[in-house]
Amino acid sequence: MSIEAQNPVSGTTASPRARWKYLDNILTRSGPFTDPDAFMPGETVIESLSRAKVLLSGAGGLGCEILKNLALSGFKDIHVIDMDTIDVSNLNRQFLFRQADVGSYKAEVAARFVEKRVKGVKITPYCGKIQDKDEAYYMQFAMIVCGLDSIEARRWINATLVGMVDENDPDSLKPLVDGGTEGFKGQARVILPTMTSCIECQLDMHAPRAAVPLCTLATIPRQPQHCIEWAHIIAWEEERKEITLDNDDPEHITWLFQKALKRAQEFNIEGVTYSMTQGVVKNIIPAIASTNAIVAASCCNEAFKIATNTNPFLGYPETANYMMYTGDDSVYTYTFEHQKKDDCPVCGAGNIARPLPVNPNITLQEFIDGLAERPEAQLKKPSIRTGEKSLYMQMAGLEEQTRPNLEKKLSDLVEDGEEILLTDKSFPTQFKYKLVYQK
Amino acid sequence: MADLPPPVQGPTAKEKKYDRQLRLWGATGQLALENSHILLINNGPGVVGIETLKNLVLPGIGQFTIQDSVVVTEADLGVNFFLEDQHLGGFRAEHTSNLLKELNPDVKGHFITEPIESWLVRPDALRPYTLIIATAPVRPELLAKLSDHASAALLPLFYVHSVGFYSHFSVHLPSAFPIVDTHPGSETTADLRLLKPWPELLQFAEEKTANLKSMSPDDHGHVPYLVLLLHYLEEWKKTHNGEVPQSYKEKTEFRTTVSQGARTNNPEGGEENFDEAVAAVLKSLNPPQASSSVKEIFTAPECLLIREDSPTFWVIANAIGLFYTKYGVLPVPGSVPDMKARSKDYIQLQNVYKSKARKDLAEVLESVRFLERNANRSTPIEEKDVEAFCKNAAHIKLVRGRPFHVVQAGQKVKWGDRARSLAQELTFPDSLIPLYIVFLAWDEFTATHDKDALGGTAQAPGETDADTDAEKLTGIAQTIMDGLIKEAGTHVEDPEYSTIKTQIGEFAQEFARAGAAELHNIAALTGGIVSQEIIKAITEQYVPVDNTCVFDGVKSKSAVFKV
Ligand SMILES: [Zn+2]
Repeated sequence: MSIEAQNPVSGTTASPRARWKYLDNILTRSGPFTDPDAFMPGETVIESLSRAKVLLSGAGGLGCEILKNLALSGFKDIHVIDMDTIDVSNLNRQFLFRQADVGSYKAEVAARFVEKRVKGVKITPYCGKIQDKDEAYYMQFAMIVCGLDSIEARRWINATLVGMVDENDPDSLKPLVDGGTEGFKGQARVILPTMTSCIECQLDMHAPRAAVPLCTLATIPRQPQHCIEWAHIIAWEEERKEITLDNDDPEHITWLFQKALKRAQEFNIEGVTYSMTQGVVKNIIPAIASTNAIVAASCCNEAFKIATNTNPFLGYPETANYMMYTGDDSVYTYTFEHQKKDDCPVCGAGNIARPLPVNPNITLQEFIDGLAERPEAQLKKPSIRTGEKSLYMQMAGLEEQTRPNLEKKLSDLVEDGEEILLTDKSFPTQFKYKLVYQK
Repeated sequence: MADLPPPVQGPTAKEKKYDRQLRLWGATGQLALENSHILLINNGPGVVGIETLKNLVLPGIGQFTIQDSVVVTEADLGVNFFLEDQHLGGFRAEHTSNLLKELNPDVKGHFITEPIESWLVRPDALRPYTLIIATAPVRPELLAKLSDHASAALLPLFYVHSVGFYSHFSVHLPSAFPIVDTHPGSETTADLRLLKPWPELLQFAEEKTANLKSMSPDDHGHVPYLVLLLHYLEEWKKTHNGEVPQSYKEKTEFRTTVSQGARTNNPEGGEENFDEAVAAVLKSLNPPQASSSVKEIFTAPECLLIREDSPTFWVIANAIGLFYTKYGVLPVPGSVPDMKARSKDYIQLQNVYKSKARKDLAEVLESVRFLERNANRSTPIEEKDVEAFCKNAAHIKLVRGRPFHVVQAGQKVKWGDRARSLAQELTFPDSLIPLYIVFLAWDEFTATHDKDALGGTAQAPGETDADTDAEKLTGIAQTIMDGLIKEAGTHVEDPEYSTIKTQIGEFAQEFARAGAAELHNIAALTGGIVSQEIIKAITEQYVPVDNTCVFDGVKSKSAVFKV
């Protein structure tokens, strides 16, 4: 153990650890809750923390906070992935970006900023999609921290990490720390792929909002949102088919707003505004700096504990792995163990098919449309087959062959209780379900 | 595009930048933020206060001022994101203020480097500020002075600790802190008055269900579920001595009646509007009584006696209280949830509710004007404020702010009217009251230990000798715990007593391990929660913490209680 590490009060000299005086109090001393077999106070843990390579997925609201927190937690080798560029509406919370950065890549700007601010940390940005990278890439990291706003991206990375686990190689198990926020609410969770409940096990905790039926939009709108959705889904297709709708183009939003407003006036519906139009069309989720700070810091607190064993961490098998936070009515947290599900299509042990109750009289097309909204499935473009035959395939060529099935009733294609296999090109895995006919 | 209305004014630059937050607290909340001037009295490693300010500068408070007299050291650079190498040796207040200002050109930042002891005794030192944050450690006599100022000036005061894996904050709000816009969750049931319908609503339901049995399938499937429920309630009353279903048993029976009204001889095998009606029975068939916390507002002393200078809230509350006394119900809020219905029927139904809401508002407004005349008030209350109050009357909230504990060396911690309830909570498994007690003990320790003989800088437990200090801290905490149990006039028997003692000992060890250290993650998390609470206090929206919150970063758990 070095002198600097042993002596946490040496802040006045320019010793190499002087800067980490506070962190070193925790890294060099044991506490009442530390596991003596896992925590190696002093040089050992300081060394391993500085060598741990961490991947951050997402450099938005949560990502900016996470990057700052990881750098100030003593991590020295951080990689960050994000495909987005900076928009002016990011500036109320994504504090690593300035007006002049609008239009630049988030990962790039965030990495440069934190590298400049926190001396000695190396940050490697990648401006692109997580799906661009393969297993070999993910294998180099000790841990993955996610600050994403898309459930699809989370599911992809979760399935990839579960698929990478090789029982004979402990290094192949990469802890996944994930955060999410909406308004004053959020959650932080830790997943040890294959060992504890995964993102897919927890999918029904994040049910998508139910879509308004098309017939309501087309014939009996009642709410301002119905008029906006009508303009968005129906009117645009009818009148401006040749132009690709760009949610960020003010002219396009203005057109939709005016269409919606006119329709609302026809039906005596009040309340259509420009801001609401934008919100509905872009599916905007309110976001503020403070909630991001809370959730990101909770994620990084867990990441730090996982990397150092300075205290027990969320996600240790058979302990709590999920913290839910609510801040709009006083402050409330609920920290609990989400149980791994045997029928999880991603990490389920026995490959048990997850039961899916369905009405046998609907067509295959209706069944496929419904899958996007079902909390336990949430698949947008699935290919479907049974043990014997392909029911519907998205791949060109096969699509044409299987298309006639779309009009057929489910009961004409599948038996009650029969297993079906779903694949979706968004996910590196297949989902097994058992169709249960509802009487 | 010839048939479209003329082009609209798109959002302003400011609306674009703040879009994601305006969807939460709106333009009025934003204006309140922009009019605020927040003072941070920064102490200790000084991270949690800066992280709090970060989350307030970003959404655009008006101004902030940092009071901090220490100079930047190497240790600051490893934990504070708003300092750089070039600032070593300079004033921490100055440089953190400058780097925070970079986050938002709309915000003005100031700093004070004069030591708190001399600065705080200046007359009017605290006058410019609308809210104060003080981070521990603060000398007890200075904290008491801040607390007195908060009471006198009716401004919110936050006192925050961030030590190792633990954090705490208490907030001293004005003694009457009312919130009209509490943003009740979408799961809260709308007040639809199904059990106390007014004549126009009944008449509407009657018209729409006049020939229910002989309706065409399409018509039958589009009768709004509210109308269906009102119809079946009238039917029910005919066979139940004019009474509505009251017990759970009656309600389930009623639900069966409703579900039997659905037609099933169609391809879907049922009707969506009837499904909605059936699903709404248990939660909608409740008498529209005001909650006890709302009724308490009507009987508060401030509400009973309206003066010339009474805050607007109390004048409107008094008027609504009169309305409630007269009718036994609050004004109709006027909103109707979406439901399966034809556009025209739904809009008509909505209008029935809206016009009743307008009528109720007019009556409340008349009382408000009467009260104003009686109290000789010069500026009339704006109608939109009365309207907002009427709309949210069922969810208004009154927080009775109060001073938090200021630990004075050698004096007992007083628990007062909270002693019994907190002593009881102390014994619950996984209670975090022991953690709060150790924070109080930490304050007593720092108040009685100095880094040097000059009495200059407070010394936190574990800064030099973790083991010895952990024992001292445990001793102080146990005395405080025993004091609480004694003041509550109760006994805690073993094994509970030993369990709490062990918990306190463990917390104390973990505190001493940290020394005076802040961990960036815990500071950032706590800064997040505190800034959220500050936004609530400034915008007077959402429901604030009343009045103490602790966070345990070892177990990732929090608790809120009133002290
Ligand atoms: Zn799973």
